[in-house]
Order: sequence, then structure tokens, then C-alpha cells
Amino acid sequence: MNFLEFEQPIAELDAKIEELRYVGDDSEININEEIIRLQKRSDELTASIFSSLSTWQYSQVARHPQRPYTLDYIERIFSDFEELHGDRSFADDPALVCGIGRLEGVPVAIIGHQKGRDTNDRIYRNYGMARPEGYRKALRIMKLAERFKLPVLTFIDTPGAYPGIDAEERGQSEAIARNLITMTALKTPIIATVIGEGGSGGALAIGVADKLFMMEYSTYSVISPEGCASILWKNADKAEEAAEAMKITAKNLQELGLIDEIIGEPLGAAHRDYDKTAEMLKNSLVRAVNELVSVNIDDLVDTRQARIRQYGCFTS
Amino acid sequence: MSWFTKLLPSRIKTDGASRRTVPEGVWSKCEECSAVLYRAELERNLEVCPKCSHHMRIGARVRLENFLDPEPRVEIGDEIKPVDRLKFRDSKKYKDRLNQAQKQTKESDALVVIMGQLKEIPVVVAAFEYNFMAGSMGSVVGERFVLAAEAAIDNGIPLVCFSASGGARMQEAILSLMQMAKTSSALAKLSARGLPYISVLTNPTMGGVSASLATLGDINIAEPRALIGFAGPRVIEQTVRETLPEGFQKSEFLLEHGDIDMIMDRREMRERISSILSILNNQAV
Repeated sequence: MNFLEFEQPIAELDAKIEELRYVGDDSEININEEIIRLQKRSDELTASIFSSLSTWQYSQVARHPQRPYTLDYIERIFSDFEELHGDRSFADDPALVCGIGRLEGVPVAIIGHQKGRDTNDRIYRNYGMARPEGYRKALRIMKLAERFKLPVLTFIDTPGAYPGIDAEERGQSEAIARNLITMTALKTPIIATVIGEGGSGGALAIGVADKLFMMEYSTYSVISPEGCASILWKNADKAEEAAEAMKITAKNLQELGLIDEIIGEPLGAAHRDYDKTAEMLKNSLVRAVNELVSVNIDDLVDTRQARIRQYGCFTS
Repeated sequence: MSWFTKLLPSRIKTDGASRRTVPEGVWSKCEECSAVLYRAELERNLEVCPKCSHHMRIGARVRLENFLDPEPRVEIGDEIKPVDRLKFRDSKKYKDRLNQAQKQTKESDALVVIMGQLKEIPVVVAAFEYNFMAGSMGSVVGERFVLAAEAAIDNGIPLVCFSASGGARMQEAILSLMQMAKTSSALAKLSARGLPYISVLTNPTMGGVSASLATLGDINIAEPRALIGFAGPRVIEQTVRETLPEGFQKSEFLLEHGDIDMIMDRREMRERISSILSILNNQAV
């Protein structure tokens, strides 16, 4: 298990508990009580640390190397999942996973960014940074979902769209823009959840929705804290300040009226318990799908567009 | 007076004093071919170098002034003004940046919208003011663009937008990101009504603007040698650690890769865009 700097005191306690458990196997003394006592202390410590995280620490948790990714959730939430590959004109993009499956029996379409776990996997998934063919695959699946009246569930977890030569050559801007304009008018329910890192246009390109959820320790912003710092502060080391200034946590976005629900995470965040996290996410998705499939589709699109129409703050 | 100047015939003699009487701003230098150009002539030529056809930056209002027929003209959305909702502060307060940009450009934000006529074709035209915080898109730009699209829908007329923007306005953070969805949604409605949208991409059109309203034209037109892309060249260079190809992200590169319909000289736009609109409006001549 990897631990972030501020998780270290928890890590030390947990190591001690492990040690005691190991000793407990061949010891005469009953140390169960001690283990229970330490476990309680560990939980209290975790609760106290996670109740007062800075914005920057939130963004570290959102990008935690052990955080569950789209495929971890798909495995735990959906049945009969079939992955669908390729944009039908250039390539398949492993940074963006698409497919169909069932949510508690209800047929749905699924789209999500996918990061890699080890070095090879990270390179294969391009760190969750999709290329135009990824966004165009997602677009193809959205249209397929519209045709067969499947609700679309998207999972956002990306530092941003891939800034590469090939991505620019194949029209990264147009690919993102095309998804935006299509999603605003797509005639099927869309539910988007930020599960980790919601990074800029690359996140929004699968994020225009009837319902927008954020996991408790996810972030969503116009640019990464590092990117913002290097542009506005001319110094990437000011990422901490930039994160604070941009207001990127789920609570921040809720205060701005931009999201519908914050999905809670287990004690110590999602990476401590994949199954429990997936269950909490699943409950919210089931509720949302049930609510949205009963709405008349034209009313649904009108409501979606009316909501998008009022984004922004200005005087008049 | 040196021995050399004494030898010069009087008509070549110039003294510093008389040179200084030439008012500033009479001459401009082309940043491309270094030709020294008469300012008034350059303005008449829509800020295009008469020697090498380099397209220099042109202000939003000057562009609209020259693009549209003189009458009638109605400005749209000028009552929409920016606010600092997030109390954003980097090395400077966003509020102070806004004040400074407003003083410097005499505009209240980075998009100007006029409803008028183009060679007698009724049209709504939006233009980005790059000198206002690098033409960045915040809530005001988004709202004015949507009002432009709605005016086009209400009047059943086409929309034209000249973009020049560094991208999303970071000082409005997530609110600026959402303007990408907002402007795209307005274009979806315009498109559903069967009304043409022409996007003219000028130097530079990047990031959130390029990845929303600027690349969604029924016809996408670029000015010559404009920088157009999603990520900035420096970010790409740092990411891929390769030298960027010659002409990367320039209009000509985009045309070759199939990203835009055409490259058009600024001086031909009134003529050619009105002709395109007349064809898309399905008007026989």
C-alpha cells in the first residue's frame, strides 16, 4: 500500500496492528484487546486527518496511485459488461473505456477514462489522457445509446486531454467540441460522475449530463493545479496555492450549484475499501437511473439545456 | 557639427529636433517582413501587411466596423458585466485585472456582439477582443455568445464568430470550463433550427475556445498563419519532449490535416463570407 505524506501516521499505526496480529498467532498472551484498541485509534486518527484536508491534499487523494479507476468500478457495479472498442476511423484508445452492460438488470452504456496501475499499464493507458480517437469512440457509443435508448453513465478521471503532436494533428479540439454539442442534445439520460481527477476539457468531453455527481475526494477544475500555477504564478511549485484559488473540491462545486450530489467515501477515502466505495456509488447511480428513465425524453433534454444555459456568474 | 555633416548638401541634412516632431504611431513595422508601413494605410488594409500579407492583430470593434454594413447595427449583451465570484487571486486580484483590461481596451469583457447586415444579409456577428485578458472565455463571454446565438434563432438569421483567444479564463476556474458546454449547447439549438454558423479562427485560437465554439462551425475558416490548437506548443513540447514539426498548429497545417474548410484573406471576408451565407441560406441569384 502506498501512503501519502499526511497518511503516514495512519500507516505507522496500521503497521503496528499488522505486527501484533502476526505475533498473536504464536503468543500466549491475548493481544486481541490491544489490536481492537489500536484499530479504534487508527480509525479516529484517519477520521481526524481526513476531516481537515487542505484543497491540495484533496487533489492528492483524487490522484492517489491506489485510487479505484473506472474498470475497478465496472467490475463491481455492472453485470454482463462488454467492452466496445475503436472509433471506426483511426484507432482504439485505451485511455477511454466504453461498453454496454447492466445496472441491477437495467441495460446501460458506460464510458470512462482509465488510468494505469503499474508503469507499463500507465503507459498503455496514457495516464488516462485520451486522444481524439478516444473521444470519438465515446461519441460513437453515445449515439449507439441514443438509438437503443440506453442511459449513458460516464466516469471522469483524467489529468486532461492528451497534449501531443498526434492528438493535435487529428483534431483534439474538434473531437472535444463535437462531444459537447452532441451531449447537450442527446436523447437519452446522461449521468456523469467525477471519480478521481476531473481535468479540464478532457473531462468535460464526457461530462455534460442530466446529473453530475462527484465522489467525496474527487476534484474538478479548468486546468490542473500545476498548469494553473505555471501560467498564472509562472511557477509550477505554486500548485498548492493554485488549487486553493481555483476551488476544485466537491464541496466547492456544490456551493457553486454545479453538481447534484456528493457521493460519500469510506473512512480514509476510496482507496481503503474498493467494494464499499463501489457499493455507495452504485446506490446513487441506481437511484438516478430510475428517476431519469421515467422522464419524457424531450422534457429531459429541455431541462438539461436549461440547466446548462444558466452556467456562469455575471451582472446585467 | 561634425566635419561629415558640414559636407552634406542641405537637403539631406536632418536634425534630431525635426525628426522628433513626427507624431508617434504614424509608422508601423510589420513583425513578419519588417517593412515599415504607414499606419493609416495599414488600417485601410485591415491590419494586413501590404508587402507580405501578414495578418496582424485587429481589435474586435474595428473588425466588426469593417465587416458589417454601416447600417443597421445593434449591439447585443453589452449590459452583461463580469463579477469576481470566486474572489480569485494569483499575483494580482482578478478584480484588478478586470479593471486594468477595461481601462486598456475600453471594453467591459472579451467578446463584442453586433446584429446587423453583411452585404444586406441579416446576420449576428461576434468578435473576440484579444487584448482583453488574452480573449479568455469567462462567464461574460459565454453569456454574450449565447445571447448572440439566441438573437440569431429569434430572427432566423445566421451567426458568424471571429475567435481570438488563449482559452478558458483561469480566474473563473470551473465556471469558465462550463462556458464550453454553455456555448456548445446554444450552437446545438441554432443547428437544430437549420441556421448557418460560420466560425472564423484567427491568431491565436486555443484551449477551451478552440475545443468548443470555434471548431463547431458549419464552415470553419482560418486566417492565414494563425496559431490554432488545443494545447499550447510549449506544453506539448514539454510533454512529448520532441521538436515540433515545421508550421505545427498553423492554419496551413490544419488545412492539410483536414481540420478546417479553408484559409481566407481578411480583406476578402466581406465578399466571400456573404457569398457563402447566401448559398447556405439557399438563395438563388
